[in-house]
Amino acid sequence: MDWILVAEQALNGLQFGLMLFLLAAGLTLVFGIMDMINLAHGSLYMVGAYLAAAVAAATGSFLLAIVAALAGTAAFGMLLETVLLRRLYQRDHLSQVLATFALILILNEGVRMIWGAQPVMLNTPAVLSGPVELLPGLMYPAYRLLIIAVGLAVAGLLYLLVTRTRWGMWVRAGASNRAMATAMGVNIRWLFTAVFGFGAALCALAGSLLGPLLAVQVGMGESILILAFVVIVIGGIGSIRGALVGALLVGLVDTCSRTLLPALLRQLASPEVASNLGPALASILIYVLMAAVLFWKPQGLFPARG
Amino acid sequence: MAEQALLSVQHLVKRFGALAATDDASFEVRAGEVHALIGPNGAGKTTLIHQISGAMLSDAGTVHFGGQDLTRLGMAQRVQAGLVRSYQITSIFKRFSVLDNLVLAVQARRPGLPSWWRAALRDEAAYAQAQGLLARIGLGAQADRVAGGLAHGEQRQLEVGLALAAKPRLLLLDEPMAGMGPDESERMVALLQQLKAEGLTLLLVEHDMDAVFRLADRISTLVFGRVIASGTPDEIRAHPEVKKAYLGDEETEAAL
Amino acid sequence: MTTRTSLLHHRGQRRWIFWPLLALLAALPPLLTAIGLEFYVGVASRVLIFAIAASSLNLILGFGGLVSFGHAAFVGLGAYTVGILMDAGVASAFVAWPAAMLVSGLAAALIGAVSLRTRGVYFIMITLAFAQMFYYLMVSLKAYGGEDGLPLPARSALAGFDLKDDANFYWVALALFAAVMLGLQRLVNSPFGWLLQGAKENETRIGATGGRVFALQWQAFVLAGAIAGLAGALLANLNGLVTPHLMHWSQSGQLMVMVIIGGAGALWGGTLGAAVLLLLEELLSGYTLHWQMALGLVLLAVVLFAPRGLAGLWRRARHG
Repeated sequence: MDWILVAEQALNGLQFGLMLFLLAAGLTLVFGIMDMINLAHGSLYMVGAYLAAAVAAATGSFLLAIVAALAGTAAFGMLLETVLLRRLYQRDHLSQVLATFALILILNEGVRMIWGAQPVMLNTPAVLSGPVELLPGLMYPAYRLLIIAVGLAVAGLLYLLVTRTRWGMWVRAGASNRAMATAMGVNIRWLFTAVFGFGAALCALAGSLLGPLLAVQVGMGESILILAFVVIVIGGIGSIRGALVGALLVGLVDTCSRTLLPALLRQLASPEVASNLGPALASILIYVLMAAVLFWKPQGLFPARG
Repeated sequence: MAEQALLSVQHLVKRFGALAATDDASFEVRAGEVHALIGPNGAGKTTLIHQISGAMLSDAGTVHFGGQDLTRLGMAQRVQAGLVRSYQITSIFKRFSVLDNLVLAVQARRPGLPSWWRAALRDEAAYAQAQGLLARIGLGAQADRVAGGLAHGEQRQLEVGLALAAKPRLLLLDEPMAGMGPDESERMVALLQQLKAEGLTLLLVEHDMDAVFRLADRISTLVFGRVIASGTPDEIRAHPEVKKAYLGDEETEAAL
Repeated sequence: MTTRTSLLHHRGQRRWIFWPLLALLAALPPLLTAIGLEFYVGVASRVLIFAIAASSLNLILGFGGLVSFGHAAFVGLGAYTVGILMDAGVASAFVAWPAAMLVSGLAAALIGAVSLRTRGVYFIMITLAFAQMFYYLMVSLKAYGGEDGLPLPARSALAGFDLKDDANFYWVALALFAAVMLGLQRLVNSPFGWLLQGAKENETRIGATGGRVFALQWQAFVLAGAIAGLAGALLANLNGLVTPHLMHWSQSGQLMVMVIIGGAGALWGGTLGAAVLLLLEELLSGYTLHWQMALGLVLLAVVLFAPRGLAGLWRRARHG
């Protein structure tokens, strides 16, 4: 096995996992604190990517695009929360699933109406378009390294926010026992809106960063949304730490298995079996992982709820 | 006396991490008696009830019922054997009528798989049993009322009714008097005395000492997961360990 | 004989509504052909097929309280069974369609055995996960077309009754739909159906009274899966093509949407929902390219303002 390939895949897995973490963190907070299943979370990721693409095309500045995407999506998210989503907190999960499913349809179509059905271009900033030599023989795209750096920075920032600030304390209190948090005087309504807006910003960050790598198109949110849900179920609902561990696990397993598994199978079985079974196994591996985790720890790895 | 023991709990242990909620608990309930389980808060009464009813499996010890070893069996099987419990927090079918509640319970109790084909509305046997239960618990007038709309005391009566639907040989009552005012408590005590007169064996977990001393033939006292005393009300009243356990609890001290 | 009523009992339509309505539905093909709208016979067949699928989901979701987000997998498995059998030379409906139900029922038995041990959002996620597994499996099986799917060279052979003819196919679908609905009505009004509804309302109490909740739910889950498989077999015939997309989670979502629009836990909930959703799609897509937006808005409105769906509105109107 070519160690360079392995190292590359591991880095890709890390990069993907960190972006998944951005989505999962927002999702797990919303789910953990507001007890709401939000299927439209992936749509916020899409909105962020589109905003970034639009601003990048208009101004030519990638940095400006990211800032605009973050601000715009956060604002949009908070608007959505106050106007619509807060009515769903008291409802059962099925109603939440369906209302947010409706939101996906609306947002997908809305984006299609504004920007058309064709994928939109979001280019890697020119300065980062080259590879970097990490180790002799190991070349890795600079842009992906940036993503990893940003991902780690956000993870660190979130850690500090949640464990060292008052805001973080409220969030943790709300995640483990909402009634108690209210009784302690935390302004729940504002907290919820803020948490939602923050989650939306994280989605936008992931969307704008991944935009150059994956296509910016209608419906891009759905596939990553499922993965995000798998991540938070594995990590434990309401736990940021769980979201990180889960995301890294899912990112690595998903990315590495896609290349390594067929390679492994080719050594063990015939090429057709490998080319057929390999991708299939790779895709379902994360679900098998989720089922396995749930089997041993039905509440996920680090459940926040008491 | 062992032959008369309907329920025999021997050396039960249940740990939650380092805490032994049930710490070698043993006692017996004789057929036909009303046996009360009392103890200060935190003694582990609920955990013990869970283990007897099958909601929780014990880490060690045995539960024998009518000569059968129930220790590893689940709740449904214990119910089929005749060991039935009612809940401290009322657990009824709030959306449906009182009669529907009882009919459901009767249908649930039937051994074997429920029919996919017969019309439940014309299940005369179930309805007859349900009507009988309705009369026994004294809620005949409320048959068609939505269960969620009943007064608290009436809901507790229904709770007992649902437990009775399961054809118990021993009825495990988890704080039947919970949350009741004096009138409602009177009604519940009368109902329990009636059940006792019918020959049903009752195991009662209760804080209301007044009711306990009126109803119980024998009492067991649970302290820190262990039964420290088992005997007649007079014996318990005089027991030094029991008095020590309740020291500081004025209401109980007064009753004792 | 008895004037008993119960919220657990779901009265079907009165005899003098049901049979005439059925006769009217049976007369639909010649009626539509007469006014030059033969195309809509195919649409009507599609509505019937999804009514069957949505009603099967309604059984476990509406009556059983089990929010399964992977029900489309069973539809897809049924469809693939028919497709694969036909590919292997077995075209008889009498073999392929029961086989479809068997395969889906078996899958439901396995998935249910694992999933029904979980509750709440974990149940939702794990049913979703299993459906995704089947989706990815079929996408990667190049032998059966992979992502592009498996075309069906012909419709299933039904002993001389030519299913290629739209009207014939419609009548077969109608007959099966009626059979499923009659069976469903029988089931939800039986002791099994009552206990299932009881378990949805208060699972602990059913268990505490000696009922075996897991057995109840598992049996319902398997039955629902098998019926969904039948719908899948019919769908494969109607589409002439079987693709992994049938199992996609958005399809499961669509089935759930049908159930809630129609009314979860109401006997005709699945049927109403399927009819409304599909006809709405037909209508809206004729008017505007952006019909998904309108659909989303309608759905949102239903969830916010008519949580018990159309059946609930109907009931509210009748009882004041």
